[in-house]
This record gives sequence, structure tokens and C-alpha cells, in this order.
Amino acid sequence: MNTELLGVPPDTITRREVIYDQEGETLEISMGPHHPSTHGVFRMDVRLEGERIVRLKPVIGYLHRNHEKIAEGTTYLGSIPYTDRLDYFCSLTNNWAYCMAVEQLAGFEVPDRAQYLRVILSELTRLQNHASAVGFLVQDMGASGTPIMYAFREREKILDLFEALTGSRMMCNYMRFGGCRVDLPAGWIDQLKALMKTLPAFLEEFEKLLVSNEILMARTQGVGVLSAKLAVNAGVTGPMLRATGVNYDLRKVDGYGFYPRFEFKVPLGEHGDVYDRYMIRVLEMRESVKILNQAIEQLPEGPIIDPKAKLRGFRPKPGESYGRLEAPKGELGFYLISDGSPNPYRYRVRPPSFVNLTILEDMCLGANIADAVIILGSVDIVLGEVDR
Amino acid sequence: MLGGGILKGLAVTARNVVEGFVSKERLTTVQYPEERVPQVEATRDFPFLVFDGEDPMAGLRCVACQICEKECPPKCIYIDKSSDKKPDATGKPQFYPARFDIDISVCMSCQICVEVCPFEAIKMDVEFELSTNDRFGGLLYDKHKLAKSNEYYNHVHPTEAAAVDTKLAVERAKAAARAAAATQPKPAAVSPAPESGAQA
Repeated sequence: MNTELLGVPPDTITRREVIYDQEGETLEISMGPHHPSTHGVFRMDVRLEGERIVRLKPVIGYLHRNHEKIAEGTTYLGSIPYTDRLDYFCSLTNNWAYCMAVEQLAGFEVPDRAQYLRVILSELTRLQNHASAVGFLVQDMGASGTPIMYAFREREKILDLFEALTGSRMMCNYMRFGGCRVDLPAGWIDQLKALMKTLPAFLEEFEKLLVSNEILMARTQGVGVLSAKLAVNAGVTGPMLRATGVNYDLRKVDGYGFYPRFEFKVPLGEHGDVYDRYMIRVLEMRESVKILNQAIEQLPEGPIIDPKAKLRGFRPKPGESYGRLEAPKGELGFYLISDGSPNPYRYRVRPPSFVNLTILEDMCLGANIADAVIILGSVDIVLGEVDR
Repeated sequence: MLGGGILKGLAVTARNVVEGFVSKERLTTVQYPEERVPQVEATRDFPFLVFDGEDPMAGLRCVACQICEKECPPKCIYIDKSSDKKPDATGKPQFYPARFDIDISVCMSCQICVEVCPFEAIKMDVEFELSTNDRFGGLLYDKHKLAKSNEYYNHVHPTEAAAVDTKLAVERAKAAARAAAATQPKPAAVSPAPESGAQA
């Protein structure tokens, strides 16, 4: 590289380095922000030698909406609908993480029924997120249409359930500090039970469609390997971390909500490649089905919101709190500082997609340009959450 | 066998293609403008104002307390409080909104206004075909366009509206009892029963 000739130290990060490459051996490509495979408005500045990636700089910020500052000017209640728009695939887990932080701040007790509802809804969220994540990943490999439509067909059934309960398919805005907004409508549980009967068949079909596919294996095995050490050092969480073999699932580690009451396993990978990340998601869907079956059976009657919980004109005592949970993409945390006013003094989101994206270059170095697309797909990012 | 996995996958696809012609369950889409999926009761998109009785402007439940305006996360509600009082549906003099505008191009359908309203005056609509070619006039709804009858509310959200109607009827009965107690001389006022009713 000729960066030394320009008097620029080799590791200086500039927004766009100008490379004078007289031999014409490297090629710089800007992938995105409107590249179809980048899952949103995300740009990768890639430098190639032939087809091999020698440098990759992620460029983010195209979907920045000032989320944290807006939340600091809004009431605690008014921030809940904004959290829906972080990771717009998993609005319910976002709601829960935020409400968890506020509950810690204010000391609200969540009633049993609301806890079970939260578990049911967040596992449904995990199912539909993983189904579409796998679908998108296979779509990136060139299986245009079929697998993603199979995933979306099932996802749509789950979204119908969300709509019947919360009124909206994706922007659910359902959980409140101290519980949930409304109780289940009549017949909802029966609909869910009917869906639960069809889900194992769908997972079978989805697996049969893909798992032993030779093209998929050739494209994914040994590609984008992430070592456990790097993953831990970079703060990677979720299926990405578990694919490297590190047993870290907040549902087990923190045991938040009522998760300690359920029997489920945490699938772990071995190699940390794209195939492991893909398989972890498939296996996690099966575990989610197990949790859901137990939760539906145990769902108690009772109130759904803490009677102490105050929504309008809510002013928590000065203090700080950090609520975190295992969102489908990894550890999602909300850090709040209250100064006793109706708005949070500081509001900070720890988004899993953003942190998982930081090691993209390490996974892509030396890979082919076509594999960069798959590796990015296996990270499973949502740009609403990365840019906030 | 090399290629066996691909063949298995192709078999799944083929089964789905064939079943798409015979099984209703495999047909997952509808031809939208002609066919429609029935809306569920909880559906929400944009808010409207509920009025009681015949005249929309006289029967508005809204008393311009401006709580929704303050709580609205994207700040898309604009209210001007009236300077005088007009009798509402029950005949009690109340303030009313001289202006009540919602910019539905800004509204994000979050339902916070419905939750914070203490008077059950604002509710969520289910109308979704709202396209217009006039962005500024066509999407800024004033109170005349927002006002919809309680019957309409009962029609779109039957379960929720029935609960609200019961709650309001109880409140009105209590208010009437209180008013009756207040007009009566001493004996009724000293008895504790109306007091507890007033607190509840």
C-alpha cells in the first residue's frame, strides 16, 4: 500500500482515503448505501485485490434519527413508541428492555400474567426474527425469493397475532412500565395454540429446504470465521457469540422475567462461521417453540399491570438504571438516568446490531467480495437499531 | 449423494407449488383491492374525536385539557382552548377545543393520546385508505373532519366501546347523584353516602 508515501501513518482512519495505486492492483468499491444486500442503508467501503478483500470500512449513519436525544425531550411514556422503531423487526423485545429499565428505576412489580405475556410475545418475536433472518441470509446467497417467502409466510401469521393483540403488526407499542397495555382479546390464546401446532411442521419444512443443501454448505462453511476470543473482546452477543461456542444467553445468565421457570437449551456453535450462525438461529427457533408451549400451559389469570404504575405524569426518583435482555439479535440494553423530572436526563441504548457490526472487517478480511455479502447477512443487522 | 440436499429442497418447493392450487392453507395472499382481509378489532391507525348525540360540534367529549397535546410523542396535535364554556352532552358547561388539529402525516399511530385521555374523547380509527394529493391541507385534519359519532366507535371497536360506555354511564350516574345531593338541603349532605361516591 502506498499510504506511507503520502505521509499518512498506515493505521490512520480517515473517512475516505485517497489511494494512489500506480500499478492498478487494488480497486476500491463503495457497496451501498443502496446495495440490495446490505439490509438497509449501510455502506461498505471495500478495497479489493482481485476478488479478495484487503480492507473494509463500514459507513453508518444514513438512518440516524436522533433517537436518544428525542427520548431525552419526551416523557417516559412517550419514549415507548420510539423504541418500537429501533429494531423494527422485534418491537416487543425493545419495549420490554425499555420498560425493564424504567421498572428498575421506579421499583414497579410486574404481575405474573404480564410476565408470562412478555415471555410469550418475546419468544414469538424471536421466532419471526430468526425465520426472516435465515430467509434473508439465504436470499443473499442467491436463493432469490423462495426461502424468504417461506419465512415470511410464517412471520405473517405471527404478525397477525401481534395485530390482534396490540393493534399493529410491527410497531406494537404494547408493554408499559409495570405490565402490559391491554389483556388478551377473546380467542387469542386459541389462535396461538393453533399456530403452535403448525410451527414444528414449518420448521421441519424449512430445515428440509435448506439444511443439507450442498450449495448452502459450500457457501457458508468456513466462511467469515469469528474466534471466540475476538467475539468476547468486541462485546459481540446473541447468536453471533453463541456460534463461536461461548455459552452466554441472558435468559440463562440474568434469568430476567420468568425465564428460569422454563426448560430450554441454549444451542452453541463450534466453528463460528456463517453456517454455525445460521444453524444457531434454526435451533433457537425450536427452543422458542418449547418455551412457548410451556408458557401457554402455565399462563395464569390475574391483573396485567402493577396498580402502582403511573403512566401519565410519571416522575421517577433521581437515580440510574440499566435494563437488559436477550433480544433476538443479542444483548439489548437501555441505560437511564433520572433527575426527577418527567423526561430522562440521559437515555442510552446499547443496540446488539451495532456492536455485532463492529467486527465485520475482521470477519471479511481475506474473503471474496461475494462472501462479504453473506457475512453481513449472517450478522443479522437492522439499520434502525445501528444508526438509531 | 452429492446434490441430494438440493433435490430434497426442490421436492419441498414442488409440493408447495402443487398444494398452492388445491389447498386453501397454502394460498396465503389475497388480491387486495378486490379481496380484503377482514380487519381485527384491535387495529389502529389514526385518532378521531368521539362525540355524543346528534350535533358533532356540540357533542364533542373533548374539553381541551391539552393532555394529549403534551404527551403526543411526535407532537402532531394542535389544540386551542376556548375562552368560553359551552354545555356538553350532559348539559354541564365545559371548555371546548376552539381548534383541534391533527397532522396525520406526522402521527405515528402510537395510541398514547388515547391512553392518556381522561375523558374517553379521543380514540383510534381503522380507516386506512387515506391517500390524497394535497399534502398540507389534505393531511392536516381539523375537528370537523376528526369528529365521529359514538355509534361509529361502537361499530369499529365493539368490545372496547362497550366497556367505555359502561364506565361513562356509571360516572354520569354518580355525577347526577352528586348533583341531586348538592341541590337537596342539609339532611342528605351530612349523610356519608354521597361523600364516598364523590371520592370514588
